[in-house]
Amino acid sequence: MPRAFTPKVVTANALLKGDAVWLTEEDRWSRDIAEAELIEDEAHAQIRLLFAESQPDVVVGAYLADAQAGPGGPEPVHFREGFRTRGPSNYAHGKQAETVK
Amino acid sequence: MSYQYNDFDRAFLAERNAQFRAQVERRIDGSLTEDEFKPLRLMNGLYLQLHAYMLRVAIPYGTLRSAQMRQLAMIAERWDRGYGHFTTRQNIQYNWPELRDVPDILDALGEVGLHAIQTSGNTIRNVTADHFAGAAADEIADPRPVAELLRQWSTDHPEFQFLPRKFKIAITGSPNDRAVTKAHDIGLRMVERNGAPGFEVIVGGGLGRTPMIGKVIREFLPKADLLPYVEAIVSVYNLLGRRDNKYKARIKITVHEHGIEEISRLVEERFAAIRPQFSGVDQEILEGIEAQFAAPEFRIAPAGGFDAERERSPAFRSWSDTNLTPHRAEGYAIVSVSIKKHGATPGDASADQMRVLADLARRYGHDELRISHEQNVILPHVHKSDLPALYAALRSADLATANIGLASDIIACPGMDYCALATARSIPVAQGLASRIEELKIEHEVGHLKIKISGCINACGHHHVGHIGILGLDRAGVETYQITLGGDGTERAAIGTRTGPGFSYEEIVPAIERLILAYLALREGEEETFLEAYNRVGMEPFKAALYPAKETADAA
Ligand code: HEM
Ligand code: SF4
Repeated sequence: MPRAFTPKVVTANALLKGDAVWLTEEDRWSRDIAEAELIEDEAHAQIRLLFAESQPDVVVGAYLADAQAGPGGPEPVHFREGFRTRGPSNYAHGKQAETVK
Repeated sequence: MSYQYNDFDRAFLAERNAQFRAQVERRIDGSLTEDEFKPLRLMNGLYLQLHAYMLRVAIPYGTLRSAQMRQLAMIAERWDRGYGHFTTRQNIQYNWPELRDVPDILDALGEVGLHAIQTSGNTIRNVTADHFAGAAADEIADPRPVAELLRQWSTDHPEFQFLPRKFKIAITGSPNDRAVTKAHDIGLRMVERNGAPGFEVIVGGGLGRTPMIGKVIREFLPKADLLPYVEAIVSVYNLLGRRDNKYKARIKITVHEHGIEEISRLVEERFAAIRPQFSGVDQEILEGIEAQFAAPEFRIAPAGGFDAERERSPAFRSWSDTNLTPHRAEGYAIVSVSIKKHGATPGDASADQMRVLADLARRYGHDELRISHEQNVILPHVHKSDLPALYAALRSADLATANIGLASDIIACPGMDYCALATARSIPVAQGLASRIEELKIEHEVGHLKIKISGCINACGHHHVGHIGILGLDRAGVETYQITLGGDGTERAAIGTRTGPGFSYEEIVPAIERLILAYLALREGEEETFLEAYNRVGMEPFKAALYPAKETADAA
């Protein structure tokens, strides 16, 4: 039996700044995972990924990452994705230091 | 002294930078895809990591002049977050550049003769050298002219731009190997025969997922044969190295699969064929380079207040006990400046600290600085009479930590705080460990101990050759740390042995603490180092300290 599809978000790095961004339902790239579109359907996930990959002048290396619904919106599942939402743990640099919008 | 760029070098760099500037523009306006751009940016040292781009700048054989260090500080402040990270490959990495700014950064580097070329890709990388080169008391000769000759020969070498895999060369001029030559694709150790310097040539060492200690392919290679011989090795590898599987592509696997005898036979054959083409021009070039590396004019003067200050100040005494190394010139010392204050990120230096170090090098150190593969900064030539003043200046800059070679002088790769390949974090483990060691106030009692941490199997943090090695892994979505013991990065090189099951992020610092305490309890005296004790008693006592619960369970 194929494994059940787990919810995903589309994420990538921004071309100019290089930081992590997530694809929203309105086709925007947000710097806050909470604004991302949480995708529950495998076929739809592939369509959204193709859409992301069609914007090479905006983002680099788009992929599907596991995510789960949280009170404020999608949240990361794996710790690596968690770090991407915050930044490094040795300095308050990256997203944790910026006012996320 | 160090190598000064000539007009050819400058023109070459300027042209490369102009090319890359155009490529960046074409990437941004959409005319280059990422697939097209990626190899180009990697060739120029530009990576894309977890949170940002990262620019890796080569510091050939770890040597810098103060003006170069000042420029690195300027770049950190203007285009990054005010700091840089010194790595085990004697590079500096900037963790936060934006794509648009990178061409300007490269131009700024070019102004002081620095660049980011061949810091990545399947080429011959930055040649690393003993960080005490040209200064160490135990040295036969300064290995850096040869390193520079290799750099000139390998940079843009048409035959070697697409090797099966990256290729790393390390060189030392001392019998005491501080350049980890046995863990490189080619390691060169200077040795003497009948009073003439030559090299022991080691091939096929490497770390990563399949760690191997290099094997001696030539016990004595006359200095004049070096370039053709290295070229022979690289071209044999270029033909024989596997291109079907990137995990089997390094020369260590080629040597392993074909055997050192066969490789040696092929290399000698190739060497005999190409040796006549080296008409001696390389030796003339080498002589020119050697002149540029002439030792500074060492001052002949009494050691001044050095001994008196040692008597007077316990802090100075402690620092001079750990952070100084004997110099070959009378009255001089080699100063290792620790950039591993307890709890700080190993290898990170702020722009202010870089400037202080540049000023001190200028004032007290014949304008020379070195970056060590252990992620510290070296002032290779300081007269002993200047040490008290130097120490005071380091203290005011928060750079006087007396921990060189001790338990808190930890090597750590960037790990999952920055690196896109990481499977776990390494920096906070190093920070936590160093802070705990400081709390216990035991590191001077513990003495010489090398702890090395990598955030994935690629082993950039050299964990395989740490007396205590720590490898961060992802086990079912949880950071897990494996411990190895007994690794050694010196001329007695050895790969560490795994202790057993790994530890969680929360457990790893207490586990290492248990290891250190177990060593203190079982050593035969203060003279016996951790590594010696391990080599004497073996794994069992350390396992018992690491996994106490299991032992009780077994006994029950
Ligand atoms: C952050 C970006 C980095 C990437 C993508 C990266 C990638 C890699 C990879 C893939 C390997 C394994 C090579 C093999 O076994 O064939 C490796 C090895 C190594 N890297 Fe890195 N690395 C990075 C950062 C660093 C840093 C920061 C250092 C220095 C602290 C470093 C020094 C080394 C060393 C010493 C080795 C092992 C020696 C060997 O090549 O066998 N790397 N790296
Ligand atoms: S060892 Fe792994 S995590 Fe550490 S820098 Fe190398 S590739 Fe990144």
